[in-house]
Amino acid sequence: MASILRFRKLCYVEPVRSSSLGFRSFETLKVDNKEESVVSKVKNKLLEKKKNTRQSKEWRCIDHCCWIIGYMFTTWWLLLFLYHCLPTTLPGFRVLESPGTRLKREGLTALHPVVLVPGIVTGGLELWEGRPCADGLFRKRLWVGSFAEIFKRPWCWTEHLSLHNETGLDPPGIRVRAVPGLVAANHFAPGYFVWAVLIENLAKIGYEGKNLHMAAYDWRLSFQNTEIRDKALSRLKSKIELMYVTNGYKKVVVVPHSMGVIYFLHFLKWVESPPPMGGGGGPGWCAKHIKAIMNIAPAFLGVPKAVSNIFSAEGKDVPFIRAMAPGVLDSEILRLRTVEHFMRVSRTWDSTISLLPKGGETIWGNLDWSPEEGNGCDFEKKGEPSMSDNNLNHSNGRRGFKVKDPVKYGRIISFGKAASQLPSSQLPTHDSKESLHKSASTNFNSSCGEVWTEYDEMSRESIRKISENKAYTAATLFDLLCSVAPKMMRRAKNHFSHGISDNLDDPKYSHYKYWSNPLETKLPNAPDMEIYCLYGVGIPTERAYVYKLEPSDKCKNIPFRIDSSAVGDSGSCLKSGVYFVDGDESVPVHSAGFMCAKGWRGRTRFNPSGMATYIREYRHKRPASLLEGRVTKSGAHVNIIGNVALIEDILRVAAGATGAEIEGDKIYSDIIRMSERINLRI
Amino acid sequence: MSFLRRRKATERPNAKPHDIDIDTENDDIHDKKTKPRPKLRPKRWSCVDTCYWLIGCVCSVWWFLLFLFSAMPASFPQYVTEAITGPLPDPPGVKLKKEGLTAMHPVVFVPGIVTGGLELWEGHQCAEGLFRKRLWGGTFGELYRRPLCWAEHMSLDNETGLDPSGIRVRPVSGLVAADYFAPGYFVWAVLIANLARIGYEEKTMYMAAYDWRLSFQNTEVRDQTLSRIKSNIELLVATNGGNKVVVLPHSMGVLYFLHFMKWVEAPAPMGGGGGSDWCAKHIKAVMNIGAPFLGVPKAVAGLFSIEAKDIAVARAFAPGVFDKDVFGLQTLQHMMRMTRTWDSTMSMIPKGGDTIWGGLDWSPEEYFNCSAKKLKNNDTRTADENENGTLGSTKRVNYGRIISFGKDLAEIHSDEIDRMDFKGAAKGNNFTNATKCDVWTEYHEMGIEGVKAVADYKLYTAGSILDLLRYVAPKLMARGDAHFSYGIADNLDDPKYEHYKYWSNPLETKLPNASDMEIYTMYGVGVPTERAYVYKLTPAGECYIPFQIDTSAEGGSEESCLKGGVFSVDGDETVPVLSSGFICAKAWRGKTRFNPSGIRTFVREYDHAPPANLLEGRGTQSGAHVDIMGNFALIEDIIRVAAGATGEDLGGDRVYSDIFKWSEKINLRL
Repeated sequence: MASILRFRKLCYVEPVRSSSLGFRSFETLKVDNKEESVVSKVKNKLLEKKKNTRQSKEWRCIDHCCWIIGYMFTTWWLLLFLYHCLPTTLPGFRVLESPGTRLKREGLTALHPVVLVPGIVTGGLELWEGRPCADGLFRKRLWVGSFAEIFKRPWCWTEHLSLHNETGLDPPGIRVRAVPGLVAANHFAPGYFVWAVLIENLAKIGYEGKNLHMAAYDWRLSFQNTEIRDKALSRLKSKIELMYVTNGYKKVVVVPHSMGVIYFLHFLKWVESPPPMGGGGGPGWCAKHIKAIMNIAPAFLGVPKAVSNIFSAEGKDVPFIRAMAPGVLDSEILRLRTVEHFMRVSRTWDSTISLLPKGGETIWGNLDWSPEEGNGCDFEKKGEPSMSDNNLNHSNGRRGFKVKDPVKYGRIISFGKAASQLPSSQLPTHDSKESLHKSASTNFNSSCGEVWTEYDEMSRESIRKISENKAYTAATLFDLLCSVAPKMMRRAKNHFSHGISDNLDDPKYSHYKYWSNPLETKLPNAPDMEIYCLYGVGIPTERAYVYKLEPSDKCKNIPFRIDSSAVGDSGSCLKSGVYFVDGDESVPVHSAGFMCAKGWRGRTRFNPSGMATYIREYRHKRPASLLEGRVTKSGAHVNIIGNVALIEDILRVAAGATGAEIEGDKIYSDIIRMSERINLRI
Repeated sequence: MSFLRRRKATERPNAKPHDIDIDTENDDIHDKKTKPRPKLRPKRWSCVDTCYWLIGCVCSVWWFLLFLFSAMPASFPQYVTEAITGPLPDPPGVKLKKEGLTAMHPVVFVPGIVTGGLELWEGHQCAEGLFRKRLWGGTFGELYRRPLCWAEHMSLDNETGLDPSGIRVRPVSGLVAADYFAPGYFVWAVLIANLARIGYEEKTMYMAAYDWRLSFQNTEVRDQTLSRIKSNIELLVATNGGNKVVVLPHSMGVLYFLHFMKWVEAPAPMGGGGGSDWCAKHIKAVMNIGAPFLGVPKAVAGLFSIEAKDIAVARAFAPGVFDKDVFGLQTLQHMMRMTRTWDSTMSMIPKGGDTIWGGLDWSPEEYFNCSAKKLKNNDTRTADENENGTLGSTKRVNYGRIISFGKDLAEIHSDEIDRMDFKGAAKGNNFTNATKCDVWTEYHEMGIEGVKAVADYKLYTAGSILDLLRYVAPKLMARGDAHFSYGIADNLDDPKYEHYKYWSNPLETKLPNASDMEIYTMYGVGVPTERAYVYKLTPAGECYIPFQIDTSAEGGSEESCLKGGVFSVDGDETVPVLSSGFICAKAWRGKTRFNPSGIRTFVREYDHAPPANLLEGRGTQSGAHVDIMGNFALIEDIIRVAAGATGEDLGGDRVYSDIFKWSEKINLRL
């Protein structure tokens, strides 16, 4: 203390000697009146001289900065300290009892082992071998977690996350692998949970490491490649068998999420197929080991978002940002070109292709027809979920119908707002195949130097041709993608198929590329197994896009952009170039629900053993207050894993309940009506 | 400008809005002279403001440094190190990759005691918010924040040795379980990094994490850990083209894996039912690192008075810290209470009794020269002094007396000592008031009589240690005797040896029938290691642990092996050479009754060389118990074997210590 005082005195004495104003800041209350007057005199003199030396000004500024920083920090620490002192359960807070605790009181205990299958982008990836630029990152997370490396060394990061453009496997000298274990996907980023809440609730009723497993896989690879490179499917098989044995021969409950749903579908076929291509588990494997598959937010029939992602690397949010601040994403200031880089990286990921819409026009609608047409778009404003919800839904539907013509959702991509609304007879028709074929590589623009995206290899003319075709449906979409991303689609063709099979017994369907498409595979022969579709509804979800041609002729630019100026009138489904439909923000309702509602309901050709299917919808409700957090009643694609009702359903099934015991279907949306409209032979 | 300033003023935290306003307006005056307001008195910086200023300065400087640090290229520290110490050798992974080695055999790590992480799955009220946070390993942050809660959750049930009700603490799984023990303190991380260089990754490596607090069989009963290890090894072999695994157990993991090898071939109800050729089919080599095959004397001191060399030294320096009830802490007592619920500690009690560890007047290491190491370091004047040393000043040390009460007793011949048998001594006559001690250790039930009787027996050898422990900690040993055994088998074919409690004792089990398998024992030498203790009675009874290592017992001369009440011998700081080497040097060498199929064994010793300077960290040539995992020579050996080499390719045995000489002295029927 004494030394501090001395220091202060020193600081005080100095300004008087040097007459420098800057040190005024060190004056203390200890200063007596006399000294004070001296100082003020000095100051006044200076004032009159109007001579502020530069040095003194800087001093003051820095001092103030320091003062402010110190002040803020002290306050922050104080608050932090108080926060830590708070008892964890303040009487003032209305702490919601977690479903796990409640069900534990009801007497539920862990019975069936649980396997969690994470979806795309939520799983962690870590580095095992890298280029020199990634020094020191060994076994550090590149994906998920703090993402600190993106900011520190963005080029290096993109290089390491890309896969090989031809094989879809590791580029030479780089090994990035999935993080194993429960830590792989419990939190996506700090504070943004994925599985954490569900795991915590499962633990409350007695789950732990031996009966809870996270089937982490490298979500960038195509499904069969995860087996070829990492043996991920074999590991999953062995894990399930082990858990089955060590938990007293209790079958497992599988909980896949998002893309994990089709990954697990692939696994179901793989495990029963004979060894060279499959896992050789024999035809009874699933019946023996699996009690139920509880698909959360399943992307069974694909997501339109994947189309815009591949086509122009943008989802709903990107054009919105673009509209707000046109410079940020596009400008070459700082030579950032975020979107282009993202496209370059994500196009090497085969798994994105698995999410393209499946089933073509039969499922997704053609130029003039779509299963959802006639539904209103104001579902967000719909009130409380109530038992009379169905009525509400109908009235809404009617209102939407009255307002305007049915929206042509079938046109997943249309160029210009008009093209998205005109009846098909008025659309200029080109033979898309032909024009797209011509477009292939006539004019290679070599002036662009390093090729970043495959758009650089396309001539301007062919790009224009593409846009002349005006509207693309789920079927013609693939021709479009083949022309804009030939390499990617070439790889994809070997790993995924997006059609509908006529004859499921055709031997060609024993190839693995069909395994992840529910419309081209049969479910395993396991009549006791149950399949659940659990998804959120009540959030506008991207369904179709209005595009425009980017005017600039620069290279290294993505020539297509979502036309964010295309806005419908109020109550319309068109907002900033995107047509919305009911869903969970990522997956439209009929992609998530159709298979359970119709494709697999009862004994169909896709479900020959007639296993039971259940649809459980969860209506999205915004948190009433900030304190509630983002969870508890959310229906959004990822947040739904924290939905209390969903967790309760999962816990009950894991503790032994059957679908009938948790009251079968629970439907808020129009999924049944939509499914009726889809004309698919089952 | 003035607008800006004004806005800034309003943005500031509103604790003292008035002051700041005036202050900034004064700035305006000085800066612009637009509207002079001389009436306002210039506000002075108060003491609080100065504090803020200081804090602000410190924080800014800190950030600046932090920024510089993160902006620094990653190779900078290495560059500095190389500038000072000369070029570092290539890490073994890089070196061997250049030689063309690639991943071949899958690798299984078996961590030892205390190095594996434990996390909370279910806890009491006080552990709110710690779900799936590490209680053990990592930062140990909770230990400081809520020590009692922590100790409660880390303890097991005193009777069953399993979870107490309402608490579930489980091992962390995956490689993260034991790569780092605490931030910056590696265990397996260096080895993993080097293996990755030659192509290993998650699918070819497996960390057999288990709850190291439980007895070995209980890990199977509670967590099915052994089944998981079995299934994972089978999976590794199947997915890697039929290449057998190389197993790397460390420390207690060695015993655990020994248990596993018996378990996996034993028939189903008690064992894993893998059949009698499971090991032959799945295991290429077991490379034991720092193996305490025959136990560690440290474990005795740990169980007896919860102290090892380090704690005894700390006690000598600051006598008050551990013992006094200041703050009501009773650290040691709590520690003892917690560790005594851990069955696994009993697996490390010296095995083989007097035959291995020496009797009252005999021990295999008896003429060990404790100063040899020092002389070896400066070679120049070694020659004649060494001769002097070995011939002249080396006194015979009675290592066999693992615990002796009083320094004199440790040294004089046994004939001159009369001992009182303690076993009959009545317990009871409780310490004044046991309820006063809120900490429970079994010493409170012993009473003064019991404690005195223990001290009167004066000397304890490896054989009588067991009786001692059974006497002072009956409950603990009751659990221990159900799970572990410490004897030597006369007839290994006796059906009683099919019980799992014998499986972790190499002297009471046969190795599996797998003649192609190889067993390595790799350990450090050249570090003084605890071998025997001089104890004293603590003067004050009541709530304390009544026995303490007598830190005042010094050997006198420089070369003496007795320091601070501890007789030390050659070893790796924790495990004496005898314990880690004997089994491979003699008991399993060739075709013996312990090794009926003649599995080849190799002894690889690594001479300890302390890091030359601080920059080297924990050294690349260390021989210490845990630090040896960063020893380049050891890593190189492991990588070579994992890439397909055999023991002969490595050069067979590599021995620095007197292990073979000592082994000869041990009279064990083979």
